[in-house]
Amino acid sequence: MAETHGHEAHGHDAHGHHEEGWFVKYFWSTDHKMIAKQYLLTGMLLGAVGAYFAYVFRMQLAFPNKPVPGYGLVTGADYNALVTNHGAIMIFWVAMPVLIAAFGNYLIPLMVGCDDMVFPRLNRLSYQIFLVSAIVLGASFFVQGGAFGGAWTSYPPLSAKAEYSLTSLGPTLWLAAVALEFVAFLLGGINFVTTAMNSRAPGMKAFDIPMAVWMIVIASILFMCSVGPLVAGAVMLMFDQQIGTGFFDPDRGGDPVLWQHLFWFFGHPEVYVVLLPALGFVAEIITTFSRKRLFAYRTVLYTTIGTGVLSFFVWAHHQFIAGIDPRMANVFSVTTVLISIPIAEMTFVYIATLFGGSISFRVPMLWALAFIAEFLMGGVTGIFLGASGADIYFHDTYFVVAHFHYTFFPIAIIGTFAGLTYWFPKMFGRHMNEAVNKVHFWVTIICFNGIFLPLFVLGAAGDHRRIFDYGNFPELSQPWMQDLRVFATVSLIVMLVVQPLFLVNFFYSMFKGKKAEANPWKANTLEWQCPSPPPHGNFSPLPEVYRGPYEYSAEGRADDFWPQNSPT
Amino acid sequence: MVRPIATTRSASGVPTGRLAVWWVLASEIVIFGGLLGSYLLHRLGHPEWATYAAHTNTWAGAFNTFVLLTSSLSAVLAHQAAEQGNGKKAANLLLATCGGALVFLIVKSFEWTHEIQLGYTITSNGFWAFYYLAAGLHGLHVIAGAIIMLIVAADARKGKDLQRVELIGIYWHFVDLVWIFLFPLLYIAK
Repeated sequence: MAETHGHEAHGHDAHGHHEEGWFVKYFWSTDHKMIAKQYLLTGMLLGAVGAYFAYVFRMQLAFPNKPVPGYGLVTGADYNALVTNHGAIMIFWVAMPVLIAAFGNYLIPLMVGCDDMVFPRLNRLSYQIFLVSAIVLGASFFVQGGAFGGAWTSYPPLSAKAEYSLTSLGPTLWLAAVALEFVAFLLGGINFVTTAMNSRAPGMKAFDIPMAVWMIVIASILFMCSVGPLVAGAVMLMFDQQIGTGFFDPDRGGDPVLWQHLFWFFGHPEVYVVLLPALGFVAEIITTFSRKRLFAYRTVLYTTIGTGVLSFFVWAHHQFIAGIDPRMANVFSVTTVLISIPIAEMTFVYIATLFGGSISFRVPMLWALAFIAEFLMGGVTGIFLGASGADIYFHDTYFVVAHFHYTFFPIAIIGTFAGLTYWFPKMFGRHMNEAVNKVHFWVTIICFNGIFLPLFVLGAAGDHRRIFDYGNFPELSQPWMQDLRVFATVSLIVMLVVQPLFLVNFFYSMFKGKKAEANPWKANTLEWQCPSPPPHGNFSPLPEVYRGPYEYSAEGRADDFWPQNSPT
Repeated sequence: MVRPIATTRSASGVPTGRLAVWWVLASEIVIFGGLLGSYLLHRLGHPEWATYAAHTNTWAGAFNTFVLLTSSLSAVLAHQAAEQGNGKKAANLLLATCGGALVFLIVKSFEWTHEIQLGYTITSNGFWAFYYLAAGLHGLHVIAGAIIMLIVAADARKGKDLQRVELIGIYWHFVDLVWIFLFPLLYIAK
């Protein structure tokens, strides 16, 4: 335990210069930048796993009951396990670790101008628990009966009884993995919030904090306040599975809808937990590449807080047909439609920021603009589903699947690419190849729409989302419907085929790319005012802050940017 | 490891450790809130649970409430001693609090043994499932708190990290408070 109390005056050079073994450096580091990279690489690896699952089950849907190259014949149980774990992995082991943990760890100390998190060892523990959770999830594929296949929402009674889920250990390991992942992010979240509250550089007031930090902090608070009931629910469900209690078993006085409440009380704020960091990255990127102040900084902040509060009152829109009281459905319809107002406002604010700016279409900017456009479609289709009447028809169709992929893909994939391409020079001190990234961008975006636009049409035609072979449903296996499924699957394959372009570019540029200067984008926030990549301890000396983060194109200055730490 | 400067700053004016403990408690409140909310809704829908609740030992619960509240008092006194820089006295008072935790757990184990012998187990019905789960989760918090308290007391005896006496005290009051909710809900409400 480190008992020495450091002072602002000393302690800095001491830990910049001593040599560490490779194990300590890469696996036992307490440096926030290294932990961020651990989270990032783990998240990218699991992203590849999730993408592979999507490939396998999309192949089954397009070409039913034919062996899938690289997998083999997909059975019904396989299909369910793949869909379940695709969803769980993409949300809990890709979006969360990359958007919140990796970027939060990397950016918060740099953006608020200090040398590390306030609890560096807790930070290391958080990653280690996260890694264990990923291993437990992986282990669930190798138990008798295979991995859990009861959908990522894990509704009982399907998830509560081995005779329904056909695997006795799969669901329990899955729940244990999710619970461990929650513990990791609770530790991480407490660290993020306290770091942003307490370790800001001298002079950095609340409204001088960059939007990305605000958004990650608000997201962490949302997570902390929403996940608790599901932690309790996970323990209850685990007892139902393994000990034989009847918390969710109606035969024994339990209530299966209770699980749905506990799950979605967390599950819906979770959408905003991952959305907000992505919105924060977009704010940083569009101000930098349009050389303009963020339009209405305070409004964005208050809107974000409002969205966060409102997000606790919309959860039951996932349960309109679960047998809840219709009067309650009305209330949740209203709150659901209400929450589109702050999000729409955020979109307008970003467009207003672009207005009249000198826009340069660098790769991060392309991703940021694509985020706004694609997320808009996710938001608009959400209004169809939020209206409880329309939802009776749309519920559990591919319309829902397409809708939430139009929200989660922009968040988890577009947001991540935006952040990675923007902060890559800072993280690794080198530039990625811009031309390759542009090709990657356009193919990914076009293919993404190619996958999910047909699914809107199929869903509106009544395509149910939990069917693994449409051959048994003549009205759903008309030739035009099957053609659309094939089109979506082919789009997915093309999209997956171009991803190695980015990966090769990423790893090649990490070592061989063009050297980047400290502030290649001429940005204001503090992370660009230290060397690229930042050394141990980040800044020397630690910066002081004199102004807000978005003072671009200020009148009467020679430069069109004005770093937060520049005294004049 | 040299302590980063980040750990020594306090831009909000609240010491980092205290701030973090409050955030821990915030997340704990929603965990217990979700559990107790679920219990309450079930309880309202099942009036017959009152007959099961009648089998709990209210006097043992009341005694445990008294023990926990008293242990919170010694935690407060330990904080006061730590503020005065008296690490040894703070450590002794923390040990007294741990003693309270031990008494609480012993009473609890007698209660549970008796109930299980009568055939009321976690799988008996909904009430007993919630009874064992909620009290068990609380018991785990008691055990964790006592272990942390022993570590803090050992350091405090050497005069090290006296600010931690306050932090474990805040946590202990929370554990206490959860019991204040559990006792009427599981024992008294018939």
